[in-house]
Amino acid sequence: MAQQLRPSKPADKQPKIDWSRRQEAENFAETVKLFRQGKIDHDSFRRYRLQHGAYGTRMTDDYAMVRIKVPAGQIYPPQLEKIAQLSEMYSIGSAHFSTRENIQLHWVILEDVSEIMQSLADVGMTSREACGNTVRNVMCSPLSGVCKDEIFDATPYALAIARFMLRNPICQGLPRKFKFNFTCCEKHGMIRIVDVGLLPQIQEIDGEKRKGFKIFLGGGLGNRSFVGHQLEDFTPVEDLLYTSMAVIRIFDRMGDRKNLSRNRMRYLVNEMGWEKFQNLVLKERAIVKATQSVIVKLNIDDAINEIQRPISVTDESTSIPDGYARWQKTNVEKQSQSGFNSVFIGLEAGDITANQLRSVAEIIRDYSAEGFARNGFSQNIVIRYVHDDDLVSLYSKLLETGLAKSGSLTMASAVGCSGTTSCNLALTNSHRLAKEVQRKFLELNFDEDDDLKDSTIKISGCPNSCGQHQIATIGFYGGGGRHEANMFPNYTMSLGGKFDEDAMLGHHTARVPVKRIIPVILKIIELFKENKQPDDTLAKWIDRVVKGNESSKITGVEDIKKEIAPLIAPPKIEDEPDFYMDYGSDTNYHTVTGKGECAA
Amino acid sequence: MIDSDIPVINSKILREKIQENSIRIVDVRRDQEYQQGHITNAVNLPLAKLLADDSPESIQKIAQDLGISDDTPAVIYDDTFGALSSRVVWALQYIGHKDVKLLDVTFSQWKELGYEISTEVPEIETATHSVKINSEIMATAEYLEKVKENKNVVIIDNRERLNYLEQHIPGAINIPYRTLSTDGKILRTKEGMKNLLKNRGISEDAEIITYCGSVGTLSGLAYYALKSIGVPNVKLYVHSFKEWKSLEKPIDKQENANYWDLSAE
Repeated sequence: MAQQLRPSKPADKQPKIDWSRRQEAENFAETVKLFRQGKIDHDSFRRYRLQHGAYGTRMTDDYAMVRIKVPAGQIYPPQLEKIAQLSEMYSIGSAHFSTRENIQLHWVILEDVSEIMQSLADVGMTSREACGNTVRNVMCSPLSGVCKDEIFDATPYALAIARFMLRNPICQGLPRKFKFNFTCCEKHGMIRIVDVGLLPQIQEIDGEKRKGFKIFLGGGLGNRSFVGHQLEDFTPVEDLLYTSMAVIRIFDRMGDRKNLSRNRMRYLVNEMGWEKFQNLVLKERAIVKATQSVIVKLNIDDAINEIQRPISVTDESTSIPDGYARWQKTNVEKQSQSGFNSVFIGLEAGDITANQLRSVAEIIRDYSAEGFARNGFSQNIVIRYVHDDDLVSLYSKLLETGLAKSGSLTMASAVGCSGTTSCNLALTNSHRLAKEVQRKFLELNFDEDDDLKDSTIKISGCPNSCGQHQIATIGFYGGGGRHEANMFPNYTMSLGGKFDEDAMLGHHTARVPVKRIIPVILKIIELFKENKQPDDTLAKWIDRVVKGNESSKITGVEDIKKEIAPLIAPPKIEDEPDFYMDYGSDTNYHTVTGKGECAA
Repeated sequence: MIDSDIPVINSKILREKIQENSIRIVDVRRDQEYQQGHITNAVNLPLAKLLADDSPESIQKIAQDLGISDDTPAVIYDDTFGALSSRVVWALQYIGHKDVKLLDVTFSQWKELGYEISTEVPEIETATHSVKINSEIMATAEYLEKVKENKNVVIIDNRERLNYLEQHIPGAINIPYRTLSTDGKILRTKEGMKNLLKNRGISEDAEIITYCGSVGTLSGLAYYALKSIGVPNVKLYVHSFKEWKSLEKPIDKQENANYWDLSAE
């Protein structure tokens, strides 16, 4: 490749929107003091803390997890560098990328949270309304704007909704949390498993092409999961805000405020029935429109981002490092813009060190022609607008910083919630399990297997759904099992979950002891390989199996159960003490589980 | 030399004073690093040399060999965010040296500022230094154990959060050493440091004992971070957690959580 003359490195792109409000940091510090002095009761403080994005930590009141919102996933180099510094100063020296485009700092001393808020304000970020009964981080597909299958870029709309809802009085006291997801296409966005999911559409009305969305309502994952319903054929962008406000107003008015475990909007939709809910939304929207005292509008900034390829660090002598072809195949998506690529950086269960964050910031500056990155939906980071000629050089940089793991776009990149590493509700160490699964898959080169490419593995540490196990091809959620007098971590496995246009929740298949999960996954892959059709993928095959449409030796879930039964029988504790211990622990399982939670 | 209550010297002021030649500047990086370039006029004391024997007599000899007499103003720097130099400053103060300060930037930061460096090794004229032990600034395991329940005593652990969660001296609170610096300086601003203590509910009138992993470097930096805002009663538990453990003293840990698995290290 020829070295070309290029402009020098442009100045850092600055975030377009400042999400912070500095005063909140000082208020938070004061409120913590009043709480410690006993002047604010526990419940009020908890509500306040969550409203400001500080989540509780496992078995202690001394620490919090700070969830930093990244609306539409857009993250800028100075923001990554700031988070790197904060992770070293106030957290564990690593940060965590969540499944909802947030970045989390764990094990922060409650008294230090306000210092983090102060520093976040320096780079225009906030943790406000990242937890609690609020409109959570508004997500947008990391490929919005570059996806080959998208109709238009939803990003400006996602940012406008995020801006409208943040600190808005209409969503400060909702019955429960509320989630928006925007996407580019069905495949990349998870729009049917949230309260409001939005897919860009263009419709010709009176000979004029108009932008709008397909809107899905009432989906969600949790102890009981539901797939969202499409509100109407087409919602023009002019109605986006009115529709959103209408849905929130209905939820605010009619949502269950008593029963904490059943008060997400999806339960309301389910109890009322979709048609009734749908009518209510349409009616409410008409009222919202008609009763605006002043015209409320979304602030849509659809100025086109400047695309300027940074000065190239690539030269002709760059040799191709080992592993490049494998990495390129499993981590890089071609963009709709010719010559440009989106590079997925895989992180083990979303974890990244402070130094790696700094390297990512530098790599964005050096390689991304848009000058910022996107948080992905699978605990990963996406650097877009990387020129074809720069991929090898970028890969070399990732190698240097330990971020060149292959398989980001494959089944190998297992998702795991934080589990017992920090979460109060967790029953098992799902976080470490996801790392173990990923390591095993990469060791076996499964990321290179095209048959496995469109499958996913997702793991939660309890029946709640931070790990999104219900939409995985093979999903797991943690619990406790018992054999004779001894307990062991025991996961419920579900098969065949999907989040695309045929969204479907996984089928509960068996309970699998933690130390048998890898063997069971390998067994299922083996069964698939033995029985597959020539052009099958694992996801397609499992789909037929769970629907009872498979005609090979494995005709349904029952056959899978039979095949794995010998693997999951508990051994005697004397024969295999390790079976009774969770990953990351050297003591028997029941001794490390919170009181009373095993029974849940 | 300069206001002796403040344990830190501003790099700009040091730069102006280099040529006066009345200050002994000590570089505590390894010999090899020192040879490749150091602050003009600086002499070398690899920290390992001091740690090999940190008895008062040994510190005295080191000071004398570096040409530091009782009255020689000394400035110490490193390239390890100020932790190594803090340990050396503390050692000199421990044998009674009055005029010794930390440089407020690291060697790398000094270079970034574009200030003078040199490969020339200055000639050293040996000096005489007395030993007047300053026991006020030192905490032993025995002392720490005796006072740790006192209401007015605060013990600060300056290791990283995960090490602290896994095991620490009962009652200690954790301020990781990274918390003590700001961009471009080895210490926080005074306001920032005061604010940190205020948020944590630590009174500046308390007796504060700092410790870290093994040799008192990270906690040495904390010692001077506290001194920089004028906290009167600070002690360094110089042999730190390594000794505490070897003496089989009581240890606390954060139970029932697998926090290590959150680290990407």
